[in-house]
Amino acid sequence: MNPTLLAVVTLAAVLFCIGLVGVLIRRNALIIFMCVELMLNAANLLFVAFAWAHGGLDGQVAAFFVMVVAAAEVVVGLSIIVAVYRARRTTSVDVPDALRL
Amino acid sequence: MTETLEITPQLVGIILCGALAIIGGIGLITLRKAVHAALSLAFVMVNLAVIYALFDAALLAAAQVIVYTGAILMLFLFVIMLVGVDRTESHREPIRGLKPTAIVAGIGLCALIILGVGSALTATPVGLESANATWGGNVESLAVLIFQSYVFPFEYISALMIIAPVGAMVLAHGARLRPKRTQADRAAERIAAYAKSGAHPGPLPNAAVTALHDSIATPALLPDGSISAASVAEAMVERDAVVNTQWVAARTAERFAELNGEVEPAVVTPEPLELIDTDEERGALK
Amino acid sequence: MEIGTLTFDATGLYQYSWLLIAIPALSALLLLTFGPLFDRKAHWLGVFASCASCGYALALFYAMLRTGAAERAVDVPVAEWISAGSWTVSFGLQIDQLSILFALLITTVGSIIHIYSVGYMADDPRRRRFFAYLNLFIAAMLLLVLADSYLTLFVGWEGVGLASYLLIGFWQHKPSAAAAAKKAFVMNRIGDLGLTMAMFSMFAWCGSVSFADVFAKVDGIDPGWVTAIGFFLLLAACGKSAQVPLQAWLLDAMEGPTPVSALIHAATMVTAGVYLIVRSNAIYALAPVASVAVVIVALVTIFVGAWIGCSKDDIKKVLAGSTMSQIGYMMLAAGLGALIGPVAYAFAIFHLLTHGCFKANMFLGAGSVMHATDGDVDMRHFGALRKALPVTFLTFACGYLAIIGIPPLAGYFSKDHIVEAAFEYHLGVGLAALIGAGLTAFYMTRLLVMTFFGKARWVEGVHPHESPKIMTIPLILLALASIGAGVALNAWIIDWMAPISAVAGETHAVSWMPTPIGIATLATVALGVLAAIWLFGRCEVPSTPPQTKNPLVIVGRRDVFGDVINDTLVVKPVMALSTAADVVDQSGLDRMWNGLGKGTLALSQLTRKVQTGRVRSYALVTVLGALLVGVLLLIGQLG
Repeated sequence: MNPTLLAVVTLAAVLFCIGLVGVLIRRNALIIFMCVELMLNAANLLFVAFAWAHGGLDGQVAAFFVMVVAAAEVVVGLSIIVAVYRARRTTSVDVPDALRL
Repeated sequence: MTETLEITPQLVGIILCGALAIIGGIGLITLRKAVHAALSLAFVMVNLAVIYALFDAALLAAAQVIVYTGAILMLFLFVIMLVGVDRTESHREPIRGLKPTAIVAGIGLCALIILGVGSALTATPVGLESANATWGGNVESLAVLIFQSYVFPFEYISALMIIAPVGAMVLAHGARLRPKRTQADRAAERIAAYAKSGAHPGPLPNAAVTALHDSIATPALLPDGSISAASVAEAMVERDAVVNTQWVAARTAERFAELNGEVEPAVVTPEPLELIDTDEERGALK
Repeated sequence: MEIGTLTFDATGLYQYSWLLIAIPALSALLLLTFGPLFDRKAHWLGVFASCASCGYALALFYAMLRTGAAERAVDVPVAEWISAGSWTVSFGLQIDQLSILFALLITTVGSIIHIYSVGYMADDPRRRRFFAYLNLFIAAMLLLVLADSYLTLFVGWEGVGLASYLLIGFWQHKPSAAAAAKKAFVMNRIGDLGLTMAMFSMFAWCGSVSFADVFAKVDGIDPGWVTAIGFFLLLAACGKSAQVPLQAWLLDAMEGPTPVSALIHAATMVTAGVYLIVRSNAIYALAPVASVAVVIVALVTIFVGAWIGCSKDDIKKVLAGSTMSQIGYMMLAAGLGALIGPVAYAFAIFHLLTHGCFKANMFLGAGSVMHATDGDVDMRHFGALRKALPVTFLTFACGYLAIIGIPPLAGYFSKDHIVEAAFEYHLGVGLAALIGAGLTAFYMTRLLVMTFFGKARWVEGVHPHESPKIMTIPLILLALASIGAGVALNAWIIDWMAPISAVAGETHAVSWMPTPIGIATLATVALGVLAAIWLFGRCEVPSTPPQTKNPLVIVGRRDVFGDVINDTLVVKPVMALSTAADVVDQSGLDRMWNGLGKGTLALSQLTRKVQTGRVRSYALVTVLGALLVGVLLLIGQLG
């Protein structure tokens, strides 16, 4: 087992789960969104690491695409947050509980 | 398994930057203020860029810094400024038991991923030297890959990049909550207010135009010589910055008398403007 | 076809005979949908539609008269109705000697009554609707009699039932009218059951329900089943024609406006049962048991109707009882058709036609009396109306003389033939019919005396006055028909009905002069008249019905226990059953299902707590689920 890969997998898993826990425990929509970005980055890290491990560049291409899609997602997501903020004067995800009967 | 642990510079860099990134990540989820959280995420991003570079991904390392840290996170910061930079979360968690459960689930999932992915790590890493060298370098090789094998996904993604801003514009474009007040509406309102309370329907009087002291701090004089309170902004009154126009008018009259030869010209000693700054004087403005 | 020097092509006339039905149907539709646009003149559209139909029927009749006897019956296919694979039911009309007579009766009497109603219903705010329903009735009744199959007939049968229901309950704001309509509808359903069962049986045996197919194949049906079909048809006829045991609805049906009583519940619809039996003569010819049953039902109804007629004080109910009784005579003749020879069918139709005229005449006369006395129907409040209502009295008297059978008025000829036919079959039946004629004379004389003679017993404030011309002219027309119809039709109808009523190669001569039986009948009638005059003409008639211990009167006043029997035999058991079912439902089933519902509710109360509406708890559950799946996968791989 290669120590470099083990280290990077551990790092990615830890970062991913930090992001996940952040999504769950934070209430500010912006921070939740940032945590999602962190999770995406953890995935990207694995793409890059395994590209290196397999000796091909396809993993890097995938990471590149993830980055671009994340950028697009951020644009839309942030505008949703702004729209919600305009309507409800809050960025907390607990307040817009319109899902509740 | 008696494999010797080979310490390479790459490994050292990864462990170092990884530790920093984890610290940044923890900062992201613990710091109260959104700006601090964003900055710690930027810190994570930069560290990850270093790790990318260590894995022979030069283009991605650059893109990570430029796109993520430079563009996406700045966008976050803009929005944080837009929706209230001074908002902090309260400590009280409204959903009982969510935080410990979430942390336990996170640790469990982390262990699961390490176990699951780690058990798949059997082969020795190949490295990217040969792959990067095929077309002369990392950027060239990636370009070939993107514009040949992955040209269609690339085009789809460019379409996405067009659509996303359009969607953002649609979403961010606020709908008008009440109809726009036209000039006619405002005129009607003014006349209605005049009919109801006698409020003056016309424009407010200008500030005074005087020879010596011409500014918005100088209220106009009414035909009877008194000061028109409406001709000066309330903020000026609050700050006690309103010039006493009656005093200015008296000085002006003196100058005119001297010019007309009615009075002997005297040496004018510059004196400070008399301001309306006592409660008694302010009463005249009400 | 050529008759003398006149060539006459009637194909087109036959081809479009569906117009007979379509015109009033369309008019009803127009009146009901677009009527409010011309509300004040709407009734004239109804009158026009009826008269147009009448004109068409007359033209058709004229065409038939000019045609050779063999070519008179024409089947007019109109459309394919039901198509299922190789099996089809066509929608067709059968124009023949029987149906054209009915069509003529329906449209002429119908048109006269339409015109009468213009005056009678003048003050009713819903007159347009009334005319729409009348037109609907005309259309449905014509469909009934012109149909070429039992199925098409059934559509008309139900249509007249519907029109009858709507018109009995026309003044639905009166609870009694609403209840009467419902009663008529429900009791008619029982009769409909008979008709549908007859149709099912025919279909099972013949594969078709068209008249032509069924009558052609009737020989092949098992004799038991032929008898069963005969009984089913008799049940249907009993329902529609108010024969015992389904007679109770007709008396209550008098809640409807009087023109309705005249048209539907005297002249046309209630005779549909007689039509059904005459039309099904081929079946009854092979089912003598069913024919005897028809005769028995008819005899019982003659007496029940007469009994009710003798004891009621309500002028319309007396007439209704009389209608039952007279339809009993028709049924008697129709039943005898299979027993003594088909000529009796012609007698049935003959009596049906004359009865249609004179009974409509008398009902409209009663309507005129009611019109004069502010809607009163109690004969004890009448008396001495002959001076106040001269036209009504004279026309009513024509109808009266016709129904009791004074020669040469209509009823004499038609009823006499039936009595003779009854004697021909059996002495007892003949005597019963004879006594029935006497009873008819008795109760009709009672009605006449109590209404038009004696001293005035008018309710205070009532000032009887003659009806407007629009009501008296129809009365006069019908009175003329009551006088002349017998003479006009006496010999002719036997020939006309030859395809049904004649045995091949045999001619049946009818007498013009009273036979011995005829003289006996006349004597009985005279006896009845004298008895009624002796009982009701000599002394003062009390304004309220006197207390009596006479069981005959008590039974008669209570409609010969028609309602009581229905109540005890049907209504009360059904009510008890319903109550029992209700108890079972409430205490057993309801509690079970309610319990189930409550259990579900409690369970939901538990599970609804999961639905917090908080996104983050949902996300947490999702993560836990993912974790669970991952762990399971891992365990699976290890295993």
